[in-house]
Amino acid sequence: MVLSVAAVHRHSVGRWLFWSLIFVGSLLPLGWISLQAVQQKLGADPAQVIVTFLGIWALRYLWITLAVTPARRLFGLGWLQRYRRMLGLYALFYATLHLLAVATFILGWRPDLLVRELTERPYIIVGFSAWVLLLPLGITSTQGWQRRLGKRWKTLHWLVYPIALLVLLHFAWLIRAGYLEVLIYALILAFLLGYRLYLKWR
Amino acid sequence: MLIRQAPDITSSEITPESVYRQRRQFIKGLAAGGALLMSGPAAALSRAALDDEQVRYPGPDWLQQKLRAATQSAGLSTDEKMTPYEHVTGYNNFYEFGLGKGDPKAYAQSLQTDPWSVEISGEVHQPGRYHLEDLLKGIDLEERIYRLRCVEAWSMVIPWVGFPLASLLKRFEPTGNARYVAFTTLHDPEQMRGQRSRFGTIDWPYVEGLRMDEAMHPLTMLAVGVYGDALPPQNGAPLRLVVPWKYGFKSIKSIVRIHLTEQMPPTSWNRTAPGEYGFYANVNPAVDHPRWSQSTERRLPSSLFSPNIIDTQPFNGYADQVAHLYTGMDLRKWY
Repeated sequence: MVLSVAAVHRHSVGRWLFWSLIFVGSLLPLGWISLQAVQQKLGADPAQVIVTFLGIWALRYLWITLAVTPARRLFGLGWLQRYRRMLGLYALFYATLHLLAVATFILGWRPDLLVRELTERPYIIVGFSAWVLLLPLGITSTQGWQRRLGKRWKTLHWLVYPIALLVLLHFAWLIRAGYLEVLIYALILAFLLGYRLYLKWR
Repeated sequence: MLIRQAPDITSSEITPESVYRQRRQFIKGLAAGGALLMSGPAAALSRAALDDEQVRYPGPDWLQQKLRAATQSAGLSTDEKMTPYEHVTGYNNFYEFGLGKGDPKAYAQSLQTDPWSVEISGEVHQPGRYHLEDLLKGIDLEERIYRLRCVEAWSMVIPWVGFPLASLLKRFEPTGNARYVAFTTLHDPEQMRGQRSRFGTIDWPYVEGLRMDEAMHPLTMLAVGVYGDALPPQNGAPLRLVVPWKYGFKSIKSIVRIHLTEQMPPTSWNRTAPGEYGFYANVNPAVDHPRWSQSTERRLPSSLFSPNIIDTQPFNGYADQVAHLYTGMDLRKWY
């Protein structure tokens, strides 16, 4: 399977096919939740369901993006590298939708509530900071910016590690009971970051 | 196990006279118009607001009979728009059945709610374990439409059917030492999958408590029904507390024990996170939850593009009736 995927990537049609598959596949969560919302299947509080759903997919895409390097090194999945930018941009995409959903569906764009949430609620400040930091990474993800920034590009994109920690903190902070889900994501992140430390210091 | 008959007292004797006089029995005409002043059959209850497609929880026959005889208590009810049945019974916090809002409905249906017994213990002259059916003998049910404000900043308007907690407590004759009432939810991991989870933060069984004057307040009720029908398990069948001026978690569900005591009893959320949830837990827009604001709430169901945001009222809008219970208390300290 690994070999065949690599083989597919030697042909431009295969590369195009894979690119399309990941691009369209990444829109499926958004399509699914939109359909559920339109069909009014989200219960008494669709706002909360949508916000949580978009948030968790932003987190998942960030984790998947961080998994590219370990997957490449550990399983020889070199072809994954070419999709890392797209996966990272999907993390930003879902994070942005998550933020817009909070502002629209929960706060109704009421200025007083927006100000209150952004100044008084620690877990929202943490989550919002993660988004603000993620934004420049998305903007500078093009090859043009990569060239222009040179060595500094790598320094800038190192920010993804503190961002991931902020995201985890944001998630853990809003839990009322039941830490299993956040524990699982924390363990995965610990591995993804720990593996990099291992590569550095072995 | 010894199952005792509840002491036989008629409801007029145990209802405080002032409340009894206040109680008006209204029946709303089927035509959407005014209310007719008369005492009426159960068809007058909010049951009529349900369309017949709704699947309802049957409950035992003896309870159905009592529910059919229930009357409306217009004096204590709000006339705000009621939250639809499907949301009242489909969006629940009942961690005994899982953490998701849909989990209780999905996993509570097989809960054995009849026969059900409740232990009355502690500082009462008539302690014992009673069948729920016996406990309710001689008690008239009434419908009250109350606001419910969750500590998570959403709210609903719900037509409960039940009776004042005071009328139950009085018949067991509290002693002079009774200063608090402690409540306990069923602990049965076989039936309650949430109690089997190893990653929860709540020590089972769930426990709650009220000060005696709060428990005896005419607004405080025990509910056995909702929307004119039996309470479904996800809403705390067969017997739950409803304290409308406190955050929802105070209104403990599926009660198996009512214990009168001299000491302030422990309460589950307070034990889990003492900095976030106090014993009193009165709805208070001026005192935020440490992690989120309590000054507004979203009345459910809330539409997506114009969220139904309303200002939260002190004591959930029941300040006129209950604020005097807390005179002289610093509500920031006693949150």
